[in-house]
Amino acid sequence: MIELVDTNAGGIAAEFVASRLRSGSPAMSMVLTLVIVVDEDGAQDAMRAARRASHEHPARVLGVILGHARGKSRINAQVGTGDGWTGETALIRLEGEVVHHAESVVLPLLLPDSPVAIWWPSDPPEDPAADPLGRLAQRRITDAATATRGKGRAIHRQCSTYSAGNTDLAWTRITPWRALLAAALDQQPLKVTGGSVTAERISPSAELLVAWLSDRLKVHIDRSGSSGPGITEVRLDTSEGPIVISRRDGRLATFSSPDRPDRPVALKRRELPELLAEELRRLDEDDVYAVTAHKLMKLHLS
Amino acid sequence: MAYINPLRDPQDRRLPRIAGPCGMVLFGVSGDLSRKKVMPAIYDLANRGLLPPGFSLVGFARRDWANEDFAQVVHDAVKQHARTEFREEVWKQLAEGFRFVPGDFDDDTAFNTLRRTIEELDEVRGTGGNHAFYLAIPPGLFGNVVGQLKEHGLAQPAQGSWRRVVVEKPFGHDLESARELNATLASVFPSGSIFRIDHYLGKETVQNILAIRFANTMFEPIWNSHYVDHVQITMAEDIGIAGRAGYYDGIGAARDVIQNHLLQLMSLVAMEEPTAFDAESLRIEKLKLLQSVILPRRLDLTTARGQYVAGWQGGEKVVGFLEEDGVRKTSATETYAAITLHVANRRWAGVPFYLRTGKRLGRRVTEVAVVFKAAPHLPFTRAATEELTHNALVMRIQPDEGMTLRFGSKVPGTQMEIRDVNMDFAYGGSFTESSAEAYERLILDVLLGDPPLFPRHREVERSWQILDPVLDHWAKKGKPEAYESGTWGPPSADAMLSRDGRVWRRP
Repeated sequence: MIELVDTNAGGIAAEFVASRLRSGSPAMSMVLTLVIVVDEDGAQDAMRAARRASHEHPARVLGVILGHARGKSRINAQVGTGDGWTGETALIRLEGEVVHHAESVVLPLLLPDSPVAIWWPSDPPEDPAADPLGRLAQRRITDAATATRGKGRAIHRQCSTYSAGNTDLAWTRITPWRALLAAALDQQPLKVTGGSVTAERISPSAELLVAWLSDRLKVHIDRSGSSGPGITEVRLDTSEGPIVISRRDGRLATFSSPDRPDRPVALKRRELPELLAEELRRLDEDDVYAVTAHKLMKLHLS
Repeated sequence: MAYINPLRDPQDRRLPRIAGPCGMVLFGVSGDLSRKKVMPAIYDLANRGLLPPGFSLVGFARRDWANEDFAQVVHDAVKQHARTEFREEVWKQLAEGFRFVPGDFDDDTAFNTLRRTIEELDEVRGTGGNHAFYLAIPPGLFGNVVGQLKEHGLAQPAQGSWRRVVVEKPFGHDLESARELNATLASVFPSGSIFRIDHYLGKETVQNILAIRFANTMFEPIWNSHYVDHVQITMAEDIGIAGRAGYYDGIGAARDVIQNHLLQLMSLVAMEEPTAFDAESLRIEKLKLLQSVILPRRLDLTTARGQYVAGWQGGEKVVGFLEEDGVRKTSATETYAAITLHVANRRWAGVPFYLRTGKRLGRRVTEVAVVFKAAPHLPFTRAATEELTHNALVMRIQPDEGMTLRFGSKVPGTQMEIRDVNMDFAYGGSFTESSAEAYERLILDVLLGDPPLFPRHREVERSWQILDPVLDHWAKKGKPEAYESGTWGPPSADAMLSRDGRVWRRP
């Protein structure tokens, strides 16, 4: 890691090339730029998660820490390659007036042509697609579950300002549930007449799962509370009896379906790097999330 | 009307395809293949959430084991060889589904027990009558086992369920034995239910050959005899026969590797564009290519074979092939084989394909190198381009998966001097961590019943047809030439290329 004090985008870009040459590998096959907008406290954790996700997606990772906007502009950066990263990384600290113009620092540092993803580990802007940094990216990743203010409504805010390319890790978290539920209906092609999702009282993932199920199945899905962790049970009612997946410990679930023996199935709550890696696997618009977000708003308003 | 799962949406590409309810029966549980590849792959699939709840694994072998002993064997194999992290909850999902049936392959009682075991699993684990029989045993025993499966009604699926059989190479040792083997399998299972595993075809980088060729504009226009000088396909191993004397002696490098892996690689590299990326279209194109493959007339000048003798490989002193345990001292089995092939079609006429494989070579590497012709005219002085060779596109299959493009570039400095440089695309050192093992992919495809990556029997037979004349020629020629362990093969292999005015790449 090289510390650059009082630098600018050009200085950071030059250091990228210099450190690549130093490590003896002038060509790197990075596939995307990941911008992480984070505060000082969350920076280390976020960069660590990005590092593990970068194993699947070699990327240029730009951590952007927005400091106080008062006073003279100042840009400091830590730039490096290697050290467990598959691509390049810079942690850029902004202070002073430049905080309002962070995009001017990030824009010159984007990899040519490659896709750009941006991630707010917590408290994203109200409308990520309208944010000056968000506008640079085609994939905007938020995380309603980590909101520090108004947590109960965070996912509603994200869904109400949905625009193509937005996605939320609350949605990523339910992929294994959705996969298992879809597989359940592959195995037993039954008509679903109703259902329920049981989860912690505040769970953006549960809300999305309710919205997804009710949109796909065209039935009413109840939402009940439990002490968690996360989602603890999903039930689909059919004429033959219920299909139930229940998970008390956040790790191992029991899968029950009509006329079939109960079976254990691993359904572990996934860690941040895995979620991020899934999110970066596809960078085009997630149509299913779009429809689900829309449905969630309809359910919320009705 | 067919049921459409409302939770499935083609747009929803996050959702993986999970195999339907099913189980697998593994014959030959204690071999390397089972312990190092099949069992770990099953765990890794479960860990990635791709196996159905209730998936069951039955072991069948001549051992005095209970279910728990078998579970312990799987547990050890998984702990030692699985790609993904060991997690207790994943193990719990699998563990309830382990069963063991002790017995010989000609033991009727054992197969009766096997049938009852499978029925019991359908009952308590909900496997729905869908079972794959994985024959991780020597091909000589296939006949016995499938015969027993048929006799005890295990091969016949009930309405709405499936039974499949999975076999590994070698698919025979010549055309005739391959036909016999196929006849044996086909007498019990329909051809769509026979899955032949060539694990090379499950590798991401092999599938990437198709992506590179058919998803891009810049390679396909030069992928022909106008621009390509020749193609080298190499699979080199640094190890010796490693305790497999019983299998290897009498089989040799050509049967072991060229007949399946290298000819399959060649067909993917050289075939025409398939109409779609599905099993049938791929099979048609691969077979068409194999059917246009011809051998040169003079096999004595265009093939080479060798046998390793003692030497130093990578800093270790190693013994020669004839000193390996269990090898006949008079063995004429080749451990190195190189052949020249031509493709009689418009695209490839006049472009030789050189295929080579060997044990105890310089290092472990598998790659396909497409070597291009020299530029027809160079507006530089001779001195400037003295060190410029041919452009090359190298697809590295393993290890260090990726692609290298080799082209000329000016050496920085005042004079015009042009030299070869390499541009590397690596799948990334750790990128591969998350890319699945070939066996995971292939086992999942078996369970899903999705066959694009499995060679069909006509391809297998055609491959033997290509290779048999070479094997016959060698059989008449006495012993293979010796080559020192840790080198790149016998002198005759170099001579074979230099006759054409070419050299082997040092991979």
